[in-house]
Amino acid sequence: MSDRIEVLKTYKTYVGGNFPRTESGRYYKVYDGDDNILANACQCSRKDLRDAVVAARNAQKGWNNRSAYNRGQILYRIAEMLETRKAQFVEELETIGYKTKKAKAEVEASIDRLIYYAGWSDKYQQVFGTINPVSSSHFNFSMPEPMGVVNVWAPEERPLLGLVSVMAPVIVGGNTCVILASEKYPLSAISFAEVLNSSDVPGGVVNILTGFKNELLEHMTTHKDVNAFFYTDPDIEQGKRKQIDENATLNLKRVRRKPVEDWLSEEAQSPYYITDFQETKTTWHPVGL
Amino acid sequence: MSEDSKQAEAVEEKPYKPTSPSSKLNFDGFWEYDDAPQSADHVEYKDQYDLFIDGEFVAPEKGRYFDSLNPATEEKLTSFAEATQQDIDKAVQAARKAFNKSWSTLEAKERGKYIFRIARLIQERAREFAILESMDGGKPIRESRDVDVPLAAAHFFYYAGWADKLDYAFPGKKAEPLGVAGQIIPWNFPLLMLAWKIAPALATGNTVVLKPAETTSLTALKFAELCKDAGLPDGVVNIVTGAGQTGSAIVNHDDIDKIAFTGSTEVGKIIKKSLAGTDKRYTLELGGKGPNIIFEDAPLDQAVEGVINAIFFNQGHVCCAGSRLFVQEGVADTVIQKLRDRMETLIVGDPLDKNTDVGAINSEQQYNKINEYLEIGVNEGAEMYQSSCQIPETGYFCRPTLFTNVGQSNRIVQEEIFGPVLTIQTFRTAEEGIKKANNTPYGLAGGVWTDKGSKIFKTGSEIRNGVVWSNTFNKFDPTSPFGGYKESGEGREGGLQGLYPYVKLQ
Repeated sequence: MSDRIEVLKTYKTYVGGNFPRTESGRYYKVYDGDDNILANACQCSRKDLRDAVVAARNAQKGWNNRSAYNRGQILYRIAEMLETRKAQFVEELETIGYKTKKAKAEVEASIDRLIYYAGWSDKYQQVFGTINPVSSSHFNFSMPEPMGVVNVWAPEERPLLGLVSVMAPVIVGGNTCVILASEKYPLSAISFAEVLNSSDVPGGVVNILTGFKNELLEHMTTHKDVNAFFYTDPDIEQGKRKQIDENATLNLKRVRRKPVEDWLSEEAQSPYYITDFQETKTTWHPVGL
Repeated sequence: MSEDSKQAEAVEEKPYKPTSPSSKLNFDGFWEYDDAPQSADHVEYKDQYDLFIDGEFVAPEKGRYFDSLNPATEEKLTSFAEATQQDIDKAVQAARKAFNKSWSTLEAKERGKYIFRIARLIQERAREFAILESMDGGKPIRESRDVDVPLAAAHFFYYAGWADKLDYAFPGKKAEPLGVAGQIIPWNFPLLMLAWKIAPALATGNTVVLKPAETTSLTALKFAELCKDAGLPDGVVNIVTGAGQTGSAIVNHDDIDKIAFTGSTEVGKIIKKSLAGTDKRYTLELGGKGPNIIFEDAPLDQAVEGVINAIFFNQGHVCCAGSRLFVQEGVADTVIQKLRDRMETLIVGDPLDKNTDVGAINSEQQYNKINEYLEIGVNEGAEMYQSSCQIPETGYFCRPTLFTNVGQSNRIVQEEIFGPVLTIQTFRTAEEGIKKANNTPYGLAGGVWTDKGSKIFKTGSEIRNGVVWSNTFNKFDPTSPFGGYKESGEGREGGLQGLYPYVKLQ
């Protein structure tokens, strides 16, 4: 029995519902808690990003046209799938040095976070939409509408919970996204892509790349078919922060930074994370016989 | 020769003759309107205005003033002070002091009462403001009297009531004011844009430094007088005049917490860039190239009225103007003919005449820009049609203009002209119309004309615009949020949503 050679998993990227390798052929080494090599992760390129944005753009309209109820069910389904694979994710976190208790807490919080946002899918519109009592004879209402495609940097720490916390509010509101996984700990993100792939999430709604933030910053923030950029880094260098903001002016990309310190805390979830990636559309119509 | 151009030619023979090809209404001879001038006798304004800082009118540090013309006569109306860095420093200091000492410590309901007072004072002096607005900016008195000024008052009235009700506005959160807001507004709706900026800022407990546009600062300085009359604590509202440099001194000031800007996308991007890496909040209301989509089943006469209002209201100096018309093929000829006929009835001229529909172009610079675009359109191969109306010999006036035979990539279709210039394209299927409507970096406002409710909601949800006017256009209300998608801006003004840009949520 002990002679059996273990089958190792290849970690690739997740784009348009498929698991391609980076077109660049480049990789970087990912280490476990004891500095042993765990895997070779894809070092994604500008071209990978471009492909991912195309996939996200193509999926956006269809995803937004799903009913709010359906989007909520799909988020709930992701949570269900994650629950059934809890042991796998706990183990994976342990390999990068998590104690069992902490790993379990992170996976459980991730599942709960998905359910939290699943529940918001058909409610934030009611809470944040308005009917406006205009003085003229018109029916007037304002509704949140998704911005479109959002590029996201997942938090460096909390490789699973961080990722789920930035993804869920973006997609529950009808956006699609391209997420750059934690650079240091990218493996949970790719395993999570397998969960997404078996959860009725249409291909292209969530795309996950691995690679270097420094390399991809320019491309993720200048891409003109991307509507918003979302990042969290509490300790980002001032120069980089400025560069992100400056690049975003190119097409008036909305930049959202949430410097959350503790992803297990209450401040890490709220419906305002959803509305951060919504525009307000106001519609007027005359009233008369 | 096509039927259309024959009719157009027939129209050109006589200077002014309203006709309707469908009903064959034929007015024998043309109606002449008598002059209906709005008297400006009882309106007072000074030869020269200083800056309004800390509750006082003070001379600018460098002592420089610049003239403001009446664009309808090209004569000097008054002159305004040019605020430089030291003046902005003083204004920001005054606003900061007022924020710390008087405004943020005032009970919310009392704060609201000041704003109510301002609303009432505008109503009381409405006609005076309307006349000055028309003299300084060139817009027809009918519009400044019936739209700009009443809406400005309504805006203050609406936000006044929010002052002590903010706990109900943001579910689960408590709102805190940001501090000092720097606000920069354009020349197309001077007093109304001032109201859009100042009312929500004050209601949420902020103090402001506002810069009106250099060609239209008069009503803002009159508003400063009104703040004094209202007994508003010193420094809560500061008005500084000047051009781009003054604006940039505000944007780059270290002690300002929030920038609110309405103007062109070009300048908006410069502002966004200069705020990069700072913690300053900002809202941008920028340019537009609004689509107006007419389906075959639309009530055509209403639609034509809507299109006229969409593009010729305020000389087309409207960021949300419906400057791109998309007509479904089957009704295109009819719509274009009706538009031409309706354009013929528009009276272009003296802004202070109560019959005037289209007033003066705001400045020589803008006048030249519009004319450049007319030339570009013709050179691009588009067919230009202008109404045959008489226009005054002095002053900056532009005939209502439409272009047909335009392509999606033509500059007159892609770029904001900000004048009374409409481009017309056709489409066959709804998908095509929507696709063309969305083929622009802008996303401010758009119109949909159809009798079918389901089509309104489908088209309305697919066009990427912050405002959708269905079977209507260019309607505004303080309760109704306004603002753009894509490169038309960030954030909303008006309504409950218009409170967000001025608060931090705890």
